Amino acid sequence: MNRALDEERLGALLHILRPAPTGWVQAAQELPGLRGSLDEIVSRAEADLEFRAALIADLEKALGQAGYEPGERLLEELRRRLTER
Amino acid sequence: MSTLSTLTDAELVHRCRSGDPDAWSELVERFSRYVYAVCIRGFRLPEADAEDVFQEVFARAYTHLDSLRDDAALRPWIAQLTRRLCIDSVARGRREQPAAEPIPEEVARDLDEIEEAFAVREALATLSEPCREVLDRFFARDQSYRTISADLDLPAGTVASRIARCLGKLRAELEGPGLEGRSEPSSESGG
Repeated sequence: MNRALDEERLGALLHILRPAPTGWVQAAQELPGLRGSLDEIVSRAEADLEFRAALIADLEKALGQAGYEPGERLLEELRRRLTER
Repeated sequence: MSTLSTLTDAELVHRCRSGDPDAWSELVERFSRYVYAVCIRGFRLPEADAEDVFQEVFARAYTHLDSLRDDAALRPWIAQLTRRLCIDSVARGRREQPAAEPIPEEVARDLDEIEEAFAVREALATLSEPCREVLDRFFARDQSYRTISADLDLPAGTVASRIARCLGKLRAELEGPGLEGRSEPSSESGG
């Protein structure tokens, strides 16, 4: 701390670290679950060509049928991972 | 305060590596304000770009947590990651919209201030729950005396006096144990 710690200054510093939007924080907190589902789906798509074809044809529908919750983030990541391969 | 929130950064990293999802949630909670402030206040990223950087910081942190050599260096690591991703985002924005480029001196000054704010936030975490809550509501969440008073079921005058008293404690915490000591008198525990 370089400047004098008067209470006005402390209040101003507390004001700087405002909460991030709740949705951003939640999305980041859900990363481990998302990564787990992603790895599982990608592994299955590598081992099961029929499943892979179904994912490419209609990602959302194929995921729903396989019992996954096709959230926006999962869909986005999967599209990226599937086109990378 | 939950058990996880009292862990050191190194302990938290250890728990995250062992696959504890609650530890990961705490890590995000601990650094979310900092990352957000660097994106929005430091680099002045537009909201959508800030969100992309925010998510990418935590995605990379999650993916590369095993490569962190010193677990206690979590914060500088996250700071560096955030700054690097913000700089990339600014560079992309500059190509699309040259006038939107932040002034480097201002960015540097604001980043220094964010570091200072983080130190204050860490000191805040050592205070009692009533102090943490009232200071966070008033200063970081911009809640009025009236809102705090209604939410916490306290007279507005008590809210005002608690804020003043808790700021004093925070100041003492930051300036070291020499002034008021680190422990809080029992009369303060409820406000």
